[in-house]
Amino acid sequence: MRSNRMGWALLAPTLVILAVVGFLPFFYVLYVSLFDWNPFSNQLGMQWAGVNNFRRLVFDGAFLDSLWRTGLFAFTSVTIELALGFLLAQTLVNSFPGRTIFRTIYVLPLVMAPIAVGATWRLLTIPGFGPIPYYLDRWFGIDFRLATYADQAFITVILMDVWHWTPFVTLTLLAGLTAMPKEPLEQAQVDGANRWQVFRYLTIPMMMPVLLTVIFIRLMDALRIVDEVFMLTSGGPGTATQFIGIHIYRVVVPKTDYGYGSAMSLLVLYFTIVLCWLLFIALAQVGKQRE
Amino acid sequence: MKTSTLRKTFGWIGLYGLWIAMSIITIVPIYWMIVVSARSRVELFDAPTLLITSFYAPNYIKPLTDPVFQRYLVNSLIVATSNALLVTVLALLATYALSRWRLPGADNIFFWTITQRMAPPAAFVLPMFLIYTRIFKIGDWTMFDTQIGLILLYCVFNLPFAVWLMKGIMDGVPVELDEAAFVDGANRWTVLTRVVAPLVAPGLAITFILSWIFAWNEYLFAANLTSVNARTITTGLAAFVSVTGTNWGEMAAVATVAILPALIFLVFVQRYIVTGLTFGAVKE
Repeated sequence: MRSNRMGWALLAPTLVILAVVGFLPFFYVLYVSLFDWNPFSNQLGMQWAGVNNFRRLVFDGAFLDSLWRTGLFAFTSVTIELALGFLLAQTLVNSFPGRTIFRTIYVLPLVMAPIAVGATWRLLTIPGFGPIPYYLDRWFGIDFRLATYADQAFITVILMDVWHWTPFVTLTLLAGLTAMPKEPLEQAQVDGANRWQVFRYLTIPMMMPVLLTVIFIRLMDALRIVDEVFMLTSGGPGTATQFIGIHIYRVVVPKTDYGYGSAMSLLVLYFTIVLCWLLFIALAQVGKQRE
Repeated sequence: MKTSTLRKTFGWIGLYGLWIAMSIITIVPIYWMIVVSARSRVELFDAPTLLITSFYAPNYIKPLTDPVFQRYLVNSLIVATSNALLVTVLALLATYALSRWRLPGADNIFFWTITQRMAPPAAFVLPMFLIYTRIFKIGDWTMFDTQIGLILLYCVFNLPFAVWLMKGIMDGVPVELDEAAFVDGANRWTVLTRVVAPLVAPGLAITFILSWIFAWNEYLFAANLTSVNARTITTGLAAFVSVTGTNWGEMAAVATVAILPALIFLVFVQRYIVTGLTFGAVKE
């Protein structure tokens, strides 16, 4: 009665769709990356290039700059989100009147379309009527112009990301904190451990799997940011906020450099997979230590 | 005794101060967008005030009566709803298969596809564009600029996550229920639709809503895999940036319309959002 055939039949539509729109592009991009291909250049069609595209990548200053910029952005924003999220999660563990209301308001940004988040922050920062430049000028005398100052643009993008995603970090850590057994904490307090010791030697180790999961998800999200930044600064001024996603997009879409763009896509994909893999190993290690 | 009450009071003040501040920080950007959407061009450049004193309706009326914009809205609705339905049904079938049969290798396949969700979408824009314009074509018809193209594409992101989410729920339905129904003479299909599906209905609802929100919010692929017919509201919103002399009031109105459905859905999925966003790795 229980032949596997029925099981595979139920699974088949899912697998077919994932194969067609999930795996096919991967192999196709692998294929295209070995060619010189620009439909709007003089030479027609695809010209065999071997690994030349990859060789070109390693010495491409603009590409390497945007990788470094993306890393810096991801590291900074995820660090801030984790610290802030942990602090806020701690305050939500115990119930207090109004907690549900605060929580509901607080998670609003989570379901907003990234492109709408970008639009929101753009409206906040437009010189002339946006409240941020207005009050910064009035109270601190700071000349705030996203389109002119690279540092301001970079910081604003980080702040936008923190605004958008700290609620996610908070809620996830809160879920972890709530699921944590209470006895060891109480026992430690009875034994005279101070707050810092409890936090350092009990909370942090016990929260490790959840922390790593959050770092994993947030880091991956931050590394592939496009929509919000595109809406807020379009990667500018200059290349100040041109992160890797926008950089690939620029090479591929307006310049139609298909072969080179494919190679770039692959390399970024490779970095992502390696990073994923390292974080998975870290997670597995933590899992082992607990047993 | 006295110092501890004092400390407690300060603790409460700190706690409420913190959360009122956080709420204001969260709300103000969204609120400002609504303020801008309610003002005319002239009012915007007056002295800034955070109060809504009047409502300038043309910001909303103009895009909402524009046939092009209406089509964006309808496309978004069709794409998001069809994708969410497809993902939910496929996830139901797939997780039923995964939980009732031992299918060698099947788990690995999903583990693999989850990396797709983690990968930078920009890396897939080009291959998807080339595949849709050059490979999936029958005569003059291509997958490029079609709703079905977007519906299928979003499965790449939504399906692995939906399977992840539903698997745990499906495993919670005891096999004995299936077997009891078989004894009563039911076949597989009846068991799945009449016995199992109703039991996992809440999970299906969450899957549907979270998939819907993702599909509704997606921008990068929608912008690059459509040109005229299948454009969605997020692309419509982004188009405001490139237009010279942007009409900020209208842009704010469109953005408000774009976030509204997701905010309404949030009420239903708030409790499950962590489970959804962490692929079930962290349960709330």
